[in-house]
Amino acid sequence: MTGGGSGGMRGVVVAHGKMARGLVNAVGRISGMEEGVLEPVSNQGRSPDELKALILERVGTGPCVVFTDLGAGSCTLAARLSCRDLGRVAVVTGVNLPMLLEFVFHRDLDFDDLLPRLEEKARAGIRILARPTPHVDTAVPD
Amino acid sequence: MSIQLFRIDDRLIHGQVLMGWGRQLRSQRYLVVDDELAESDWEQELYTLTVEDGLEVVFATVDQARAHLTEWMDEGVRSVLLTRDPTHMARLAEGGLMKGSEVNVGGLHHRPGRHQVRPYIHLDADDRDALQHLADEGVTVSGRDLPDAVRVPLDQMLG
Repeated sequence: MTGGGSGGMRGVVVAHGKMARGLVNAVGRISGMEEGVLEPVSNQGRSPDELKALILERVGTGPCVVFTDLGAGSCTLAARLSCRDLGRVAVVTGVNLPMLLEFVFHRDLDFDDLLPRLEEKARAGIRILARPTPHVDTAVPD
Repeated sequence: MSIQLFRIDDRLIHGQVLMGWGRQLRSQRYLVVDDELAESDWEQELYTLTVEDGLEVVFATVDQARAHLTEWMDEGVRSVLLTRDPTHMARLAEGGLMKGSEVNVGGLHHRPGRHQVRPYIHLDADDRDALQHLADEGVTVSGRDLPDAVRVPLDQMLG
């Protein structure tokens, strides 16, 4: 799979530090997606205005999903502010690898079908798989 | 004093403020002093959505904040007061209103005309004048992005 060809939606990942680049790199290694399907943007060292301008530039002119890392963060705020008047852009927070992989493989869907899938896959990707052994109290009672 | 932190940060309410400072200080309220934001309901809503339930966010113009500052300082609600630039904070402090307080410069990012003095602090001439004005009003000014970071005194910021 190569990310669905030149048609379909594009994605922009906006996150703190090097997280966006790391996620996009990982998605590329797993899915083999084409370059430009997902664009990473970091907030590091950028003013709110610079970040908003960069997000708008990366979003481009077509339909797009902007993924952000932290709902209560400057990346999400900048994404929502910059995309407020763009009816062709969705903003989704809580980005993780399962969410991005779902996007890459289903970005030909329309927003109504795609967005619930992204949320569902992201949630389903969080599971507790092993727990530490329950604590055994070995103390001798008085 | 119930204003635990006066902070200048061009991102206003964001992760570093809410988690880095707010959790450590156990802040209950965020006072955002910004003339533009105080007039924009939809932008206020975006900022408010980023804050956990149970925490209060108040938006005020500089004039409104000056009228309420003594009350905010006295009423016992642990608060963080934020402005997006030194000019707003200097206007708030005018006339000795913040004498004896400390102002934290936590995030002023690059824009045309600003020069870097720390990775998270960039200043232009207006910023420098406003920070010096704060000091002249009896306010201690220092730079620090997070609580555990090294404090940068004003004279080092102004170089």
